[in-house]
Amino acid sequence: MAQEKKKTKSEKNIGKTKITLKEVKRQKSLLIISFFVTVYGLIFYYWPLTGWIMAFQNFKPAKGILGSKFIGLDKFKFLFEDAVFLRVIRNTFCMGALNLITTTITAIAFAVLLNEIRSVIAKKTVQTISYMPHFLSWIIVTGILHDALSSTGIINDLLMRIGAITAPINFFAHPKYFWPIVAFANCWKETGWNAIIYLAAITSINPDLYEAASIDGAGRLQKIFHITLPSIKPTIMILLMMNIGNVLNAGFEVQYLLGNGLVQKVSQTIDIYVLNWGISQNDFALGTAAGIFKSVVSIALIVICNQIAKHTGEERLF
Amino acid sequence: MEKTANMTEVKTTGGTTKKKSKGIKTHYDSKIFTVINSLIMIIFVVVTLYPVLNTVAISFNDGIDAVRGGIYLWPRKFAIKNYETVLAMENLITGAKITVARTVLGTLSALVVNALLAFVVSRKKFIFKSQLSLFWIITMYVNGGMIPVFLLYRNMHLTGTFWVYVIPGMVSAWNMLVIRTYMQGLPDSLEESAQLDGAGYMTVFMKIISPLCKPVYATVALFVAVGQWNSWFDAMLYNRMKTEYTTLQYELMKLLSSVMQQSGSAAAASERGAAAAAITPLTIRAAATVVTILPIICLYPFLQRYFVTGLTIGGVKE
Repeated sequence: MAQEKKKTKSEKNIGKTKITLKEVKRQKSLLIISFFVTVYGLIFYYWPLTGWIMAFQNFKPAKGILGSKFIGLDKFKFLFEDAVFLRVIRNTFCMGALNLITTTITAIAFAVLLNEIRSVIAKKTVQTISYMPHFLSWIIVTGILHDALSSTGIINDLLMRIGAITAPINFFAHPKYFWPIVAFANCWKETGWNAIIYLAAITSINPDLYEAASIDGAGRLQKIFHITLPSIKPTIMILLMMNIGNVLNAGFEVQYLLGNGLVQKVSQTIDIYVLNWGISQNDFALGTAAGIFKSVVSIALIVICNQIAKHTGEERLF
Repeated sequence: MEKTANMTEVKTTGGTTKKKSKGIKTHYDSKIFTVINSLIMIIFVVVTLYPVLNTVAISFNDGIDAVRGGIYLWPRKFAIKNYETVLAMENLITGAKITVARTVLGTLSALVVNALLAFVVSRKKFIFKSQLSLFWIITMYVNGGMIPVFLLYRNMHLTGTFWVYVIPGMVSAWNMLVIRTYMQGLPDSLEESAQLDGAGYMTVFMKIISPLCKPVYATVALFVAVGQWNSWFDAMLYNRMKTEYTTLQYELMKLLSSVMQQSGSAAAASERGAAAAAITPLTIRAAATVVTILPIICLYPFLQRYFVTGLTIGGVKE
């Protein structure tokens, strides 16, 4: 009887089981697991946060955080007076935004168009092929891309054949091509994968809507624009929000692997800057400061997006 | 021309004929749509598959001949030498062994720990349920950044060991949440009836919940395994000097940079190559790429339904 009462109570306000000795004993195994996992989390996820102190110190690895001298915001001052860092921020933001926009559009377009394929076998085959690039590492994708864009690669070959150019373009030597190449690489790799969620959302649309539209004489394009797209709008919004917080995180591997001295001005991102200063130059404090800037901006973006969603009445992340 | 004439005629006559013309029009539109849509899908498939097939063709081509370019879907001068060379390269063999080891160990340990944690936080009566969830959700948004993490691993003497590939990434909040969401969808009555029979939490986890969670376990295992198989940055950052702990992808990356340095002077390379062996970084890299992606390409189509359901659980909550 007592247990039953407790159950209904706990169902009313979730997570409010009273902490009693009996309960603790009963949940011993859960508590032991929680303990170990929490210790793990504290070490590997929370302890590095104490390293942020380094950014405010003249950090010397030999002296450690406790022994190093505090210098206030000098490292941040250096960062924001460094023309390279300002350019790096621009690159990270612009490439992140460009990638987010292009990958979202291609994924939605692919999902919508694939959904219009009537033959089940064709649909399955195309979809299976579309996932494939997601499983390849960036090392392989950039390698393949490098082959395709090289002076003897397929792109130059095609452009020469149709007479658009007379001599092969060295795509990796001109800064103006770098951002589009990165955006294309992201689309190539992730379109099919990102489309999975949109396809799932499309399949949950009530078929009656389409039938009603057909009776009213709507064409297939009209149905896409008036039924399919509005129906998956909540999914699109929530994914966009989740990804906006990640805009600054999405700039490392491709840029690091495809970048070279000639396009350095447009290819370097915050993470590459951190790697260059922190690991290669051993200036841990400066690298940490740049990392803090990235984290803070990312969190701010997430919070802002969440607030906007709250005010516009869209679904929220938290 | 004929069509417009037909249309005007129909417009002048009334009622039923008009409706019929609309039917014909939408029929035509639908046909055009189908044709254009199919074309788009074909282009999509070609763009996705061509670079990979091209790499396969290059990998079977004679090295010096390949540098001239112009290889599409079939090797011009067939050679097996590239594969012989790749399979005899000691660093690649070491890399392959380490990659297999980290994929197996990393996936198993991550699966066990994430499943246990998900089980704990999905128990409705667990006393620290919400606190523990929050503790892990925070880690999704806040992290110390590259430098503090690097210093932590160095202080823990994890750098320069194999374990730096397995231990740090073991618990991931995202994977945990995917499993948790799935477990929360299982009926509570299963757990309750087992507990009435005297089963403890661990028995419930092993005997009742886990067998039902096989699909979501497969999903998470796939995500972790692909991540492990494809990672290279940790090998470069933490084990740069330890060649015995190199990974396949890191070795591929080194091959890629040698190709990139060589490109731009392709003609010079082919002249130099004429005297050297019949292999070049280009063909070697292609062969190594094929060897690396083969296991994934063979496996992923069979795991499709798992990652599709997994992504849908993790992404859209209806």
